[in-house]
Amino acid sequence: MKKIILFFGLIIVFALYVLLSSPKNTPSQSTTATSQTIIPAVVKNTGKYRDGTYNGSVADAYYGNVEVSATISGGKLTDVQFLQYPNDRGNSIRINTRAMPLLKSEAITAQSAVVNGVSGATATSGAFKQSLGVALSLAAK
Amino acid sequence: MGMPVNIEIIGDNEAVQTMIEKTFEYFKYVDQTFSTYKPDSEIMKINRGELLLENSSRDMREIFELSERTKTETDGYFDIRKIDGSIDPSGIVKGWAINNAAKLIHEAGFGNYYVEAGGDIEVSGSNENGDVWSIGIRNPFKQDENVKVIYLKDRGIATSGTYLRGQHIYNPHDRKELFNDIVSLSVVGPDIFEADRFATAAFAMGRKGIDFVEGLNTTDQPRKFEGYMIDSKGIATMTTGFAKLTIILNYK
Repeated sequence: MKKIILFFGLIIVFALYVLLSSPKNTPSQSTTATSQTIIPAVVKNTGKYRDGTYNGSVADAYYGNVEVSATISGGKLTDVQFLQYPNDRGNSIRINTRAMPLLKSEAITAQSAVVNGVSGATATSGAFKQSLGVALSLAAK
Repeated sequence: MGMPVNIEIIGDNEAVQTMIEKTFEYFKYVDQTFSTYKPDSEIMKINRGELLLENSSRDMREIFELSERTKTETDGYFDIRKIDGSIDPSGIVKGWAINNAAKLIHEAGFGNYYVEAGGDIEVSGSNENGDVWSIGIRNPFKQDENVKVIYLKDRGIATSGTYLRGQHIYNPHDRKELFNDIVSLSVVGPDIFEADRFATAAFAMGRKGIDFVEGLNTTDQPRKFEGYMIDSKGIATMTTGFAKLTIILNYK
């Protein structure tokens, strides 16, 4: 009886050991070719990569966890997807250390007054790309 | 992709004409140097690795230096290096160029002028009626309408934003396209260079952008920066000194 208990006990210990060992060692999880962590800002493609999609391991990017998937085709990095990214950027923004006042809000309403000029975002397709090509528009008097 | 340049200078007709032509020439030079749409521009040569920064023009090196400074001051929310590794300095060049153009006009002896490029504006003195310059803030949902009228004395205003709902904006910390529910953020600053660089950064911060603008102020009086932020539902949030700008009597 004692031997049976001991035997089962060993089986359980062994099973626990297998289950609790690092997931990286389990053969089922190997869509990743490597465990490199890719930070897209400094990714350089030196032509060493084989075509395919690779998932990096979860990395601590200081502001939070980042996990990326990179796609190589034709030897070049063609796509980067984030599977995990830091959500809350709020505490990283440097703001005045005084207590932040509650700012006033309102629904926007049309103003009829004639004005000298108008400030607004230009309707371009890219958020940051704006050409400085000059379309001449003389307003001189 | 063109961007309208509007210039108004109060003064003798001939002198004003000459000055306006010189100013347009300056903007053309800026475009030829910094446009990422022109394959022969200096910035595109740098992006292709054909030109090293250390061998580039003084203006180019100055823009890189100012960009680095702005990146530090905004915790990286302003960054001319894009996700694909290329450099696009348009978020700072526009304000820098308008400010330089205004300096040219001022050095030529003019005290009353309005200089605008693509919705970013710097004003000096008074308009042709002798009144303070009046500026409308465009309705992001109806471009022929203004939703606010403010009066500016020797300052600049820049508006960052998009008229496309649900426009995806890069958040430099996440390096991921991030849904930004702010469609427009206008920043009033001591000049258009300051207003533009901080408007670009603040817009990338989403909802927190307006708090960032508020926080740019110290105990200095008068306050240096004001902001007016509009979200995708048409609700605007403003800094504590913004309302004062809407009252013309403050300038009489």
